[in-house]
Amino acid sequence: MTITSSNRRRARDAGPSGWLAAPALVFFLVFAVVPLAGVVFLSFTSWDGLREIRLEGLASWTTVLTDPVTGNALLVTAKIMFFSFIVQAPISLLLGVFTAGSQKYRAALAVLYFLPLLLSSAAVAIAFKALLDPNFGLGPGLQVPILIQDWLGNSDLVLFVVVFVIAWQFVPFHTLIYQGGVRQIPTSLYEAAEIDGAGRVRQFLNITLPQLKYTIITSSTLMVVGSLAYFDLIFVLTGGGPGYSTRLLPLHMYLTGFKANDMGAASALGVILIVIGLGLALLLQRLGGKNRNDSQLEGA
Amino acid sequence: MTTRKLRSVAMAISAAALSVSLAACGSSGPAGSTAAGDGASMWGLTGGNQPVLQKSVEAWNSAHSDQSIKLDFFANDAYKTKVRTAVGAGEGPTFIYGWGGGVLKSYVDADQVEDLSAFVKENPEVKERYLPAVLKNGEIDGKTYALPNNNVQPVVLYYNKEVFDKVGAQPPKTWGELMALVPKFKEAGIAPFSLGGQSKWPDLMWLEYLVERIGGPEVFANIAADKPGAWSDPAVTEALTKIQQLADAGGFVNGFSSIAADSNADQALLYTGKAAMVLQGGWIYQGMKKDAGSFVTGGKLGFTTFPTVEGGKGDPANVVGNPSNFWSISAKATDEQKKAALNYVKDGMFTDADTDALIASGAVPVINGIESKLAASPDKDFLTFVYGLAKNAPSFTLSWDQALSPAQGDAMLSNLDQIFLKKITPQQFVSTMNATIGK
Repeated sequence: MTITSSNRRRARDAGPSGWLAAPALVFFLVFAVVPLAGVVFLSFTSWDGLREIRLEGLASWTTVLTDPVTGNALLVTAKIMFFSFIVQAPISLLLGVFTAGSQKYRAALAVLYFLPLLLSSAAVAIAFKALLDPNFGLGPGLQVPILIQDWLGNSDLVLFVVVFVIAWQFVPFHTLIYQGGVRQIPTSLYEAAEIDGAGRVRQFLNITLPQLKYTIITSSTLMVVGSLAYFDLIFVLTGGGPGYSTRLLPLHMYLTGFKANDMGAASALGVILIVIGLGLALLLQRLGGKNRNDSQLEGA
Repeated sequence: MTTRKLRSVAMAISAAALSVSLAACGSSGPAGSTAAGDGASMWGLTGGNQPVLQKSVEAWNSAHSDQSIKLDFFANDAYKTKVRTAVGAGEGPTFIYGWGGGVLKSYVDADQVEDLSAFVKENPEVKERYLPAVLKNGEIDGKTYALPNNNVQPVVLYYNKEVFDKVGAQPPKTWGELMALVPKFKEAGIAPFSLGGQSKWPDLMWLEYLVERIGGPEVFANIAADKPGAWSDPAVTEALTKIQQLADAGGFVNGFSSIAADSNADQALLYTGKAAMVLQGGWIYQGMKKDAGSFVTGGKLGFTTFPTVEGGKGDPANVVGNPSNFWSISAKATDEQKKAALNYVKDGMFTDADTDALIASGAVPVINGIESKLAASPDKDFLTFVYGLAKNAPSFTLSWDQALSPAQGDAMLSNLDQIFLKKITPQQFVSTMNATIGK
């Protein structure tokens, strides 16, 4: 009896005081929960940002849900999310594994790879906009025929240009995550595999990849949910155009709120954005399996 | 037990202190200007008129240290978003820079700007200094809410004389001539028209002028008055069709939909000879004068009115564009700020120094009796052309995106972008826009 009670006591004392969570909790309440509630409330109103807020029931929701531009924005968001993931995940995984090696030249290359991480999205967008200018950009400047394209003005091409620029900016970040993940894998696993005669590819597939399971989930969650937040880069690079080709959901929300001054509809879009983001994050966590606290290092 | 409790309390206190100090960091942004209670504040736009306004306010501040004005500058697009949010939050500047039209009306409806009718009545000299057609754009329901503050900015067809000489062409006087020029320039490897399509509002200038030439000013007057189905006027459909025909013929420079007018890339195409013409606002003259000195001073820049359309109803002397920019006075400003602001409007604006500086920058001030000053300027050709255009125009239609409500303006620009890209038909444009009437 005494032993169990003292055990229980120790278990309670082991963790730090719950009060430590207070500042974070206060901030979360003030800067996340309260504005969130505000947005949900505003989505049932009509407000132009100047006059008094009028309760209008579901009017904003009907406008948003029947507007074909919303559907298009969702489609564009899904496309950018899908292609961003397809492009970024393999590249950053491979680069992460590569830069995790201890060779000097790899460390030097890693520094170069991480450079884009230091630049702000707006700066990246302005630089690429200048490089891709159809008349004064890289292609016409160097007279390289393949580069002379209307990169940002062609409705079919522009989406892939956007995906490329996003990848250019964010691959370094995910590479960093994978690099850290790979470095945590005990070398004993590789040594054992080598003794068993496994080649490099085999080692990668049977040790590195399974060991990186949670790193992959973390990185993918950030990639997928993050693509719901791509705004600054696309706003500066294309402004959502040409036409509606790159007007993805967050940008559509901004333009509805601050260009068309329809805060009600913009709030409804914001709620949609939050629901999708939370749903995706939960889904990806589920994919990680329920027994995520189990050790992956048995026998290491 | 007691030590544990004490520790928890201490933890709670330090946590609270931490939150407070962090929160303090968050609020140390720029202090609200109107609410601050000190001198009047003014937000201006970067670009051509920035140095003129800067000097004008500096001169005012040094002569009236008790009524000094704090001046900040913002880029055009960023300003439009920022000022509206700031005004809505009661944090706007004392002087609200504007274009008149729908945005001004929304401020008036929300009681955010002062009614200046009494002030204008008491100080007739203020009213009398302006060109009447321009002054009218600051009035809503017969009351004055905004007073012009800089130069008249009609939309003008600019052309590169050198390129025209090379091809042996004359600037177009009719739409037919304009269409005939397209293959000529294309053969010579020159884009007929430069266009800053990514910024969207340069597209609008084409629609504005074509509708004006085809149907006259009444067509847009009906749209602006929110008459149901006003976009269905045949002039709109015809104008949109003509735009698509011109785009089909290759009239606009390659990649026009990724060219931003905000970075002046469209003007650069004109003065580098890559494009022969550009339809743009009167303000780009100032920009080209600065960026492409010898092109302007060497007389290679030509300018003319928008061509007539065969069978069109509109008076060829009518113009579209921005009559001027305006100052409104924030209704939320303190009495002291308002007093300082009105005194500046009365005595600090359009002083001889201001007027001379505007003219020297290549702009036409919106005031009476400056013919001799314009004629003495090195830019007299352009300035007298613009002054004549504005003064003699039977109708001066405000840029549509400014005249309409923000929601309508945004929908119009996005849909017009689709017209230029041939993603929608003129009929689709008309029905989408009819649905925005009254919004």
